[in-house]
Amino acid sequence: MARPGAVIEVDRNTPPVLFHYGEGVRLERLPLGSRIVYPPDPLEPIAHPERAIKRALGRPLDDDPLKSLLRRGMKLTLAFDDLSLPLPPMAAPDVRQLVMEEVVDMAAEAGVEDIHVIAALGLHRRMTADEVRHIVGDRIFSTFWPDRLYQHDGEDPDENVYIGKTAQGEEVTLNKRAAESDLVIYVNLTLVPMDGGHKSMATGLATYRGIRANHNVKTLLGSRSYMNPPDSALHHSCIRQGQLIEDTVRVFHIETTVNNHAFPAIASFMQKRETDWTAQDQAMFLAMKQMTDIAPPAFKRNIFHAMRAPYGLTSVNAGQVDAVHDKTLDAVRNQISVPVEGQTDIVTMGVPYLGPYNINAPMNPVLVVCMGAGYLFNLYRGKPVLRQGGVLIFEHPCRYEFDAVQHPSYIDFYDEVLADTTDPAEIESKYEVRFAEDPWFRQLYRKSTAYHGAHPFYAWYWAAFAMEYAGDIIVVGGERDVVHRLGFKAATTLEDALEMAEQTVGRHPSITHLRVPPIMLCDVQ
Amino acid sequence: MLALTYHRSVPAFALVRASGGNPEVATSALSMLHLGDVPEPELPAAGWMRVMPSLSGVCGSDLAAIGGHASLYLDPLTSYPFVPGHEVVGVLEEGSRVVIEPALGCVVRGIEPLCPRCAEGRPGLCYNATEGPIEVGLQTGYCASTGGGWGEVLVAHPSQVHAVPATLSDEAAVLIEPLACCVHAALRGGAAKSDVVVVVGAGTIGLLTVAAVKMFTPPKRLIAVAKHPTQRDLAMALGADAVITPGDAFQRIRFATAARRLDGVDRSLLLGGADITFECVGRADSLSDAVRFTREGGVVVAVGMPGDERVDWAAIWQRELTVMGAYAYGSEPKRKGRRTFELALEAAPELRLERLVGPLFSLGDYRDAIAYAMSAGRLGAVKVAFDLRGLRA
Repeated sequence: MARPGAVIEVDRNTPPVLFHYGEGVRLERLPLGSRIVYPPDPLEPIAHPERAIKRALGRPLDDDPLKSLLRRGMKLTLAFDDLSLPLPPMAAPDVRQLVMEEVVDMAAEAGVEDIHVIAALGLHRRMTADEVRHIVGDRIFSTFWPDRLYQHDGEDPDENVYIGKTAQGEEVTLNKRAAESDLVIYVNLTLVPMDGGHKSMATGLATYRGIRANHNVKTLLGSRSYMNPPDSALHHSCIRQGQLIEDTVRVFHIETTVNNHAFPAIASFMQKRETDWTAQDQAMFLAMKQMTDIAPPAFKRNIFHAMRAPYGLTSVNAGQVDAVHDKTLDAVRNQISVPVEGQTDIVTMGVPYLGPYNINAPMNPVLVVCMGAGYLFNLYRGKPVLRQGGVLIFEHPCRYEFDAVQHPSYIDFYDEVLADTTDPAEIESKYEVRFAEDPWFRQLYRKSTAYHGAHPFYAWYWAAFAMEYAGDIIVVGGERDVVHRLGFKAATTLEDALEMAEQTVGRHPSITHLRVPPIMLCDVQ
Repeated sequence: MLALTYHRSVPAFALVRASGGNPEVATSALSMLHLGDVPEPELPAAGWMRVMPSLSGVCGSDLAAIGGHASLYLDPLTSYPFVPGHEVVGVLEEGSRVVIEPALGCVVRGIEPLCPRCAEGRPGLCYNATEGPIEVGLQTGYCASTGGGWGEVLVAHPSQVHAVPATLSDEAAVLIEPLACCVHAALRGGAAKSDVVVVVGAGTIGLLTVAAVKMFTPPKRLIAVAKHPTQRDLAMALGADAVITPGDAFQRIRFATAARRLDGVDRSLLLGGADITFECVGRADSLSDAVRFTREGGVVVAVGMPGDERVDWAAIWQRELTVMGAYAYGSEPKRKGRRTFELALEAAPELRLERLVGPLFSLGDYRDAIAYAMSAGRLGAVKVAFDLRGLRA
């Protein structure tokens, strides 16, 4: 049986704790009495994924068996989550491949010929052909690519339709092929509670017009947290949009979850608590530390980004969206929840090399903020681990380093927008539309592999709540100019950062270190 | 009188050029530049007057000549030996302070009727640069007959002399001549209120062009390209809306103009781009970038003195660019024919030009002055000048 997550209090016998540090790792000694929150060990995966998938499709939740929904002559569209999840990318075969192969086989048996497979990437970047192939597998790729397997284009005026407005005035748009289909089957992979549910269709197959309805500062500030859908204004909005979509087109949802076996054997020490490190783990840590301390960033990046996670399937559910998503959330929480008693004055964490938006690219400073003060900070249920006005400390090299192909709008966001202001609301009102409508960003999003012009704004908004809530945010080991541009404080060492933090939270603060990744969700009581 | 004199010597020019303009070589005994006692220039005709320079700037064109990378095109338009120095504030014999408008056109040369360009008020383009009572030369400071600012005395035609208001210090007045050049350039460029304008380079000419564009033809957005921190601060202070580094030029101009950027084998290009670019560096790299980030049908104004620079004309051809020079000053038709120097003198007080001037050197320290001026940007300086006031005392 997998060990649950744990909160360990640092005493004299506690070994130094691992901090991710971009494309590197560090060991830090925390003050006595500090807490370290460890994620649960990986759950045992389902032994026979194909059987579980068949079973889910045959006995869906609050819906008819998939087979009964398929008929000759129908227009069928499969949509699937893009490469932004899971992190790191899953070792082949990806569970989405297994699901889609089963669905395509069933459709073929039923005589369905008009099948399109669409990567539901919303305003994310287009994937390369190899990246698509990795998700869908060789069989589907060679059968459907590129005419009937392609990527959603949220800026194509001819291939998207306006569905209408929700009661709250949120506009809803949808990929035209999906909207005109007799049946859409959405194949999802949920890693954190933020994913899946109505959000899949409402953002994955939408346009800027639809996505901006909830990817905005007001909504995200009203999401406490967006990692916990019941308390998330973002998800409430997506549900309203999704219900309108379900009124327009018949959607059959298939959601999968995986365990948190995020690191391959070569980096198994990252997966384990330090007290569990074997001699081999220690040697691997030392080797990786030596290598990452001296190797140039591009070299390190190639090594890190080549890692594939040996995730195992933990659940697959199909059918009506709400029923399916309830089960999905149960499975996710079962894997990643850790009960944490009370809040703390200071939260520390190491920001790793990878987030949802920098597969095969450096994590640029805006994405560091998105990852640290956005996603990782928000991995809580109830209330944040950090008390209001407390200090968030994260470690990352924070280099001025951008991928010009994937993140062109991020460069201008950093150089132009953050030079003016770091206030999310001001940024939104002054700059977002200009970036979103910039014809070059639009073209790069549509034709190259670039994120949409509005995407850096969303990355910044994800962190809006943390920036408002925390008394200070300190980055350890970051380039000073970059950290200051982000509006944060820079410290050279963790000791310095803790000393600086005392000026905000007072002497003898309580400290909690979140030992992520692997991912966990702090259930703060 | 004590003066620095520039002698025409092909071996010396070749030596200095071969050294890459190394200041040690460019000011050595084997160079074209020599300090010594030379005869005062004679008054060429009745009405001319003697001017005793107080401050005289070291201009980029002076450094190009001294460093051996000036265009050989200018050689036949120059008479030797000459005393350099055309950015001059000085005093007349009766004691009044003046700045010199160096262009040696028909009026200065006493030629009637005026050549067509001088008749238009463009003495810098005079057809008669070889005629009259003085030797060939486009400007004071490049003419063997007139002397120049780097000597104790120069001679000037009354039309070249502009009174300096008491409120303007010598340090500010020494920049009137380059400011006039930049006012002329700004008016030549003629930016509209809806334009995005880029000024490349933030030496004296670049910074003053920023100021002139902002004052005389304020555009929608004025972007300065500056390399060094002091230059960046001054560009902002003089009116730039944004200051970018040369390495960021394509990215930042693309964003400012919502253009499209394509990356070529050697350098980027924009589809779209700046409406008007003032190129104030005059080097191949900078010119090549300018013609690639100025929009199709746009205007590139060459303000900085270029030499024999290699630029791929394909961009100029394909983008149907208007490439125009902006040389010197005269009368400005877009300002009801007013003299550029008058406009510059009026604009100067607001600009607090003295903050751009320094350090000052005596003529005896000319080697240090030239070396400093050649690295001014890196050393945080803008206008290095000679201070000759001590010679009069």
